[in-house]
Amino acid sequence: MPQKQTRKQSISMTRGARKRDEDSGTDVGEGTDDWSQSKATVRPPDQLELTDAELKEEFTRILTANNPHAPQNIVRYSFKEGTYKLIGFVNQMAVHFSQVGNLIPKDSDEGRRQHYRDELAAGSQESAKVVTSDTEILEEDEEPKEAETEAGSQTDVPAAAEAEAETTEKVIEEEFMAPVQPKERKLTNQFNFSERASQTFNNPLRDRECQMEPPPRTNFSATANQWEIYDAYVDELEKLEKTKEKEKTKTPVAKKTEKMTMRKLTSMESQSDDITKVSQAAKIVERMVNQNTYDDVAQDFKYYEDAADEYRDQEGTLLPLWKFQNDKAKRLAVTALCWNPKYKDLFAVGHGSYDFMKQSRGMLLLYSMKNPSFPEYIFSSESGIMCLDMHVDHPYLVVVGYYDGNVAIYNLKKPHSQPSFRSTSKSGKHTDPVWQVKWQKDDMDNNLNFFSVSSDGRIVSWTLIKSELVHIDVIKLKVEGSTTEIPEGLQLHTVGCGTAFDFHKEIDYMFLVGTEEGKIYKCSKSYSSQFLDTYEAHNMAVDTVLWNPYHTKVFMSCSSDWTVKIWDHTVKSPMFIYDLNSAVGDVAWAPYSSTVFAAVTTDGKAHVFDLAVNKYEAICNQPVVAKKKNKITHVQFNPIHPIIIVGDDRGHVTCLKLSPNLRKMPKEKKGQEVQKGPAVEIAKLDKLLNLVREVKTKT
Amino acid sequence: MTEVEETLKRIQSHKGVIGTMVVNAEGIPIRTTLDNSTTVQYAGLLHQLTMKAKSTVRDIDPQNDMTFLRIRSKKHEIMVAPDKEYLLIVIQNPCE
Repeated sequence: MPQKQTRKQSISMTRGARKRDEDSGTDVGEGTDDWSQSKATVRPPDQLELTDAELKEEFTRILTANNPHAPQNIVRYSFKEGTYKLIGFVNQMAVHFSQVGNLIPKDSDEGRRQHYRDELAAGSQESAKVVTSDTEILEEDEEPKEAETEAGSQTDVPAAAEAEAETTEKVIEEEFMAPVQPKERKLTNQFNFSERASQTFNNPLRDRECQMEPPPRTNFSATANQWEIYDAYVDELEKLEKTKEKEKTKTPVAKKTEKMTMRKLTSMESQSDDITKVSQAAKIVERMVNQNTYDDVAQDFKYYEDAADEYRDQEGTLLPLWKFQNDKAKRLAVTALCWNPKYKDLFAVGHGSYDFMKQSRGMLLLYSMKNPSFPEYIFSSESGIMCLDMHVDHPYLVVVGYYDGNVAIYNLKKPHSQPSFRSTSKSGKHTDPVWQVKWQKDDMDNNLNFFSVSSDGRIVSWTLIKSELVHIDVIKLKVEGSTTEIPEGLQLHTVGCGTAFDFHKEIDYMFLVGTEEGKIYKCSKSYSSQFLDTYEAHNMAVDTVLWNPYHTKVFMSCSSDWTVKIWDHTVKSPMFIYDLNSAVGDVAWAPYSSTVFAAVTTDGKAHVFDLAVNKYEAICNQPVVAKKKNKITHVQFNPIHPIIIVGDDRGHVTCLKLSPNLRKMPKEKKGQEVQKGPAVEIAKLDKLLNLVREVKTKT
Repeated sequence: MTEVEETLKRIQSHKGVIGTMVVNAEGIPIRTTLDNSTTVQYAGLLHQLTMKAKSTVRDIDPQNDMTFLRIRSKKHEIMVAPDKEYLLIVIQNPCE
């Protein structure tokens, strides 16, 4: 109902408005007639008919400041509560017009700045005023000049400008200043300020890049195995030890020099991508290749035992194995053989010449059984080598005696072709060929010591003191009974020529010397003038004397008078005598038995004797070298393998294997253990000797 | 000539030796007496085999090391001697 009423009111209001509009419209025309003509109120047909009471009803109308366009209820989603919430107060403000003004408060920063600027401008104006008063006069003077300059050609202007540079500048400045002063500070607004911009020519941009060579790259890959880790640890250890040693031993100065040398070394090593690093591998491969070629020989050496020995009664044979020869030593005879005490497959061969007329150079070759085609070490010398010996404790030291009487020591660790130490004529070399050299035990000062015997009758002891050979004459061999009286009352001794000697294994000072006259002297190192004993051994020169390796009393000698004799040093006459039908070059005791020995003759035969088996004959009698004219010069037993090496005068060394019969060990008796060892050997020989002695005493 | 060169020469002239070659640590042949293709083939294959064999020996006992490797076949024998940086390979016909 109230809605209807309001509608009614609005209608009436609008009618009223229209009326007024009409009235206003007709006001001008019919204004005078307004009071006279009262228009009857025309009632529209659809006007509400209200009662008086209703007409008098008062309706209060409130004028509020509420914005009719503003929403009456606004609901907002509250995230906090998760629901829509009614906003209590709705903003009723309606903005009809807004404009941003440019008034700034005086106290603000911008206001203060502007104020300051104004002051500055005012100040400059004042100073400019002062200057202008001075320049006014100048101006007046300059004006006609300027007029002239301006009128003049352009070329004059720069000249004039140069001449009056300062003044004109000032004037120009003041001219600028002068018009500015009276004017107030210009306000730049869109009406009196135009900004002119011009674009300069932008230089084209150019990219400049620089690229370096990429660092060299390599691929690295490795595996982590147990052994790689082990290797790394070992290397670390070595480095640590090296640094420790360096710290201990070297001084700082030395360190610097060391670093220099180290640098040089490393640079050298990196440069030489050479093949010398393959030396070790090459050696191994050479041996492998040889092993293949001489495979059957190697197999024989290791495993072959002549089965025919069982049927052969008690005789044995020598099986030829390898043959060692070298082109360079072809014409030279083998003059010495020696097995290395440490490496049982290495042996030394000395080459020279026995012929007095044909003396030339000499060679020292060391062969290994593992490589029969080429020697391990080669040394050459000017004079023929007559004898050699290897040190037991230092197996790399080889002492050598020359035909010209010198002695020398070769060090195998240093690969030079020259000997490390050498005797000279000043240091007491022999005047005749040195026939035998032998190492002795180190003397009290731990110096190396060896003996040499020569045809000049001197037995000399050499000592290596601080890299020099010092000699001491131990004995001068004199031929007994040959002292002759010279008119001056001096006694002239005929010098005996020593050709061989051997030292006793247990009694250190005792040794035997064989001479060219065929005598054997038993000497002592301590007595230099007298012999302990003399044996009338042979009719010709004694080639070898050797003590028995087991029995301390027994020794053996051989000579060019075709005989081999076995002695007991307490008895003046030999125990056993063997006649071999040819000059005996060399004899050697076997290292495994006290009753076995081998002898080689110049007719190319090797004889092996076993006294326990056959006292009178050789159990092996075999030609060893191919050609008959070839003389065998030396023989040596290998300390552990059942082989012997035989050297001939053509420069060849043949290696032979002993058949089982030649290596007989005492047979086991039932129920008793086999006794092995030196005692057994000694007993064995003793038995034999006793037999012989009994026979002799009987006869 | 250095000693090593002489040794290699001797090996090559030894009875039954067909060829020798020196291979570096990466399997690249440095020196050979055979033709190129054969050398390359031998070098590549044997290098791998040698490394494997060496690794095997050392895995079992790191203090041990392989001294050489021999492969005997119907026709010939291949011998490989390893070194720290190089490998020396020799092919020999042992039956001649």
